[in-house]
Amino acid sequence: MEQTFSSKAYLDMELLRFTTAGSVDDGKSTLIGRLLYDSKSIFEDQLDAVKRASVQKGSEFINLALFTDGLRAEREQGITIDVAYRYFATPQRKFIIADTPGHIQYTRNMVTGASTANAAIVLVDARNGVIEQTHRHTFIASLLGIPHIIVCINKMDLMDFGEEVYTSIKDDFQAFAQQIFPGQDIRFIPISALKGDNVVKPSANMPWYTGGALLHHLETIPISQDHDLKNQRFPVQYVIRPESDEFHDYRGYAGRVAGGFFHPGDKIVVLPSGIESEIASIDTLTGPVAEAHPPMSVTLTLKDDVDLSRGDMIAGTGTALFQNRDITAMICWMNQKPLQIHGKYVLKHTTNDARCVIQDIDYVLNISTLEKITKTKTIRMNDIARIRLRSTKPLCFDPYTTNRITGSLILIDETTNETVAAGMIV
Amino acid sequence: MDNYQLTHLKELESEAIYVLREVAAQFERPVLLFSGGKDSIVLVHLSRKAFFPARIPFPLLHIDTGHNFDETIEFRDRLIRSVNARLLVGSVQESIDNGRAVEEEGINASRNVLQTVTLLDAIESNKFDAAIGGARRDEEKARAKERFFSHRDEFGQWDPKNQRPELWYLFNGKKRMGEHFRVFPISNWTEMDVWQYILAENIDLPSIYFTHKRDVFYRDGVWLAAASFMKMKPSEKVEYRKVRCRTVGDISCTGLTLSTADTVEDIIQEIAATRVTERGGRYDDKRSEAAMEDRKKEGYF
Repeated sequence: MEQTFSSKAYLDMELLRFTTAGSVDDGKSTLIGRLLYDSKSIFEDQLDAVKRASVQKGSEFINLALFTDGLRAEREQGITIDVAYRYFATPQRKFIIADTPGHIQYTRNMVTGASTANAAIVLVDARNGVIEQTHRHTFIASLLGIPHIIVCINKMDLMDFGEEVYTSIKDDFQAFAQQIFPGQDIRFIPISALKGDNVVKPSANMPWYTGGALLHHLETIPISQDHDLKNQRFPVQYVIRPESDEFHDYRGYAGRVAGGFFHPGDKIVVLPSGIESEIASIDTLTGPVAEAHPPMSVTLTLKDDVDLSRGDMIAGTGTALFQNRDITAMICWMNQKPLQIHGKYVLKHTTNDARCVIQDIDYVLNISTLEKITKTKTIRMNDIARIRLRSTKPLCFDPYTTNRITGSLILIDETTNETVAAGMIV
Repeated sequence: MDNYQLTHLKELESEAIYVLREVAAQFERPVLLFSGGKDSIVLVHLSRKAFFPARIPFPLLHIDTGHNFDETIEFRDRLIRSVNARLLVGSVQESIDNGRAVEEEGINASRNVLQTVTLLDAIESNKFDAAIGGARRDEEKARAKERFFSHRDEFGQWDPKNQRPELWYLFNGKKRMGEHFRVFPISNWTEMDVWQYILAENIDLPSIYFTHKRDVFYRDGVWLAAASFMKMKPSEKVEYRKVRCRTVGDISCTGLTLSTADTVEDIIQEIAATRVTERGGRYDDKRSEAAMEDRKKEGYF
């Protein structure tokens, strides 16, 4: 780090959020440790602490996995309990890693980490090939609409860095992926997280692979198209009324753009009321701007004085948006207490709060075989299911596959206040 | 970069503004925890952006250990005037005087832990239901597990093993009477992000962040400021050195770095070259491997 640091370059970086999925011993923590270590994102005091802990536990080499375990119970038991977030940067991009535990019972943590990710790394142990867990992880990544999937075939050092091992796993994986998400961006990289092959630098041990190291992919995956840029969507978050002499009659609608481009002069419709108006200005502290797009946080003012509050949606006129009280959604159940059919829950969708009743369960999915179990009437923790619910008021939504912001919802238990389900509107 | 792709700092700014607006929308009595450090100063700046042209719709709360750097207090009062905000002060000295907290004794005595008592008392007596803090996940391993909206029970305790899942940007701020939330809008920022943002936005900071001469002494790899209430071992001697703060807590826990950096640009170069985390200089974290986790469970910042 002797080189002079350039603030100009730093201010021009993009942000990539990715999640990692793998079974318990696939080397996930080692891979993250390797990315942090080789990109010089680990500091001396952190390294010293991990060296001390490795020696104390009798490891022969530095246990890179120890960089990622945060809680006392995790260090004691050597497991990851909860999603942890890690950060590193290269001159091209800043990265946020949602590091999620690999145990089967932690589907809910993977769903949490995947919900905001642009990319998912799915780890496959080269010795075992594609297994049931791989199917689960890939399916969750596709269900959560992660635009880019990178399959890392790890532990290639234990398979003599053989090309046929890589090719056969890749073929297996593609055969399975064709069924569930044709057209998805999937890349394959043979790596050794422990030895560092193809993680940050191309591996000299695998000259037959010319597709670039993992970091190169993370730095170059196109992310600008990950938002819905077609349909104008602006969930109103908060109404700004200064009530000061200078801004006496000011009414601004604060929010984060969830889709499309907004400009002063654009014709818009306010939902659910259906009243039409026009954007007067897009305001920020540093002055009005000519355009707003996802994921900018701005304040809109309108030409007309309309009744508008938190939970309403400002949308472009002529862009089809669904409005309905009856919703069908894929959900991941996240609570010890099973879903109560005909039970009532609090529903959160964009900036809207409502209550809802669970009408019916269409099916529970066996996410290893993708078999739809239609007879069952119970949904337990970590289950993925398709349900139908009825909300106390109409929701303005897009299908999750069109827009991850306006297509997602959570359910909250009314008595414990816990978040019990993540939902993707069909 | 495409013209419809935000830079990473703009995206982080937008995320933080979104979180701050969620707080104002979901809670009745939010408060912003203000320490006088750079992270909470950035939070005040972001709050101005989030609610412009209105005033910041919540007061600032400073937990005052009574062992502050004078420069921090002077800066605090200036900032409050310039943004026209309301300031509340919770005094650790008062908590000690009325028997709510007991002063630590011995050579490493600090009022750092005692702040928790004063903080929780202030939250309870003012009926605050959300306390916004400047903690970041990159700072410390227990903080890496934090949510944006982090639930605290009626005793102000954090239960890290049983946290609510946080999906997309749908923040669940539901709670029972007497419970509250800690909210961390700059969770995803790193130390470098904060400094680059301060540079890009031209944000004013207390002078102790920049190089100055001060009476200091050396203990366990950290330079500490000499002050009347700082007990020193016979082997420790006061030296007059050029130092600056990398983080700002109160005098008893803030490690100083020998530095000649006197601009934000200099500080950025220094941080880019440094090989120790910023909390590596925090005396309060050196107590044990889980020092932060333990304090956070009790209700610390």
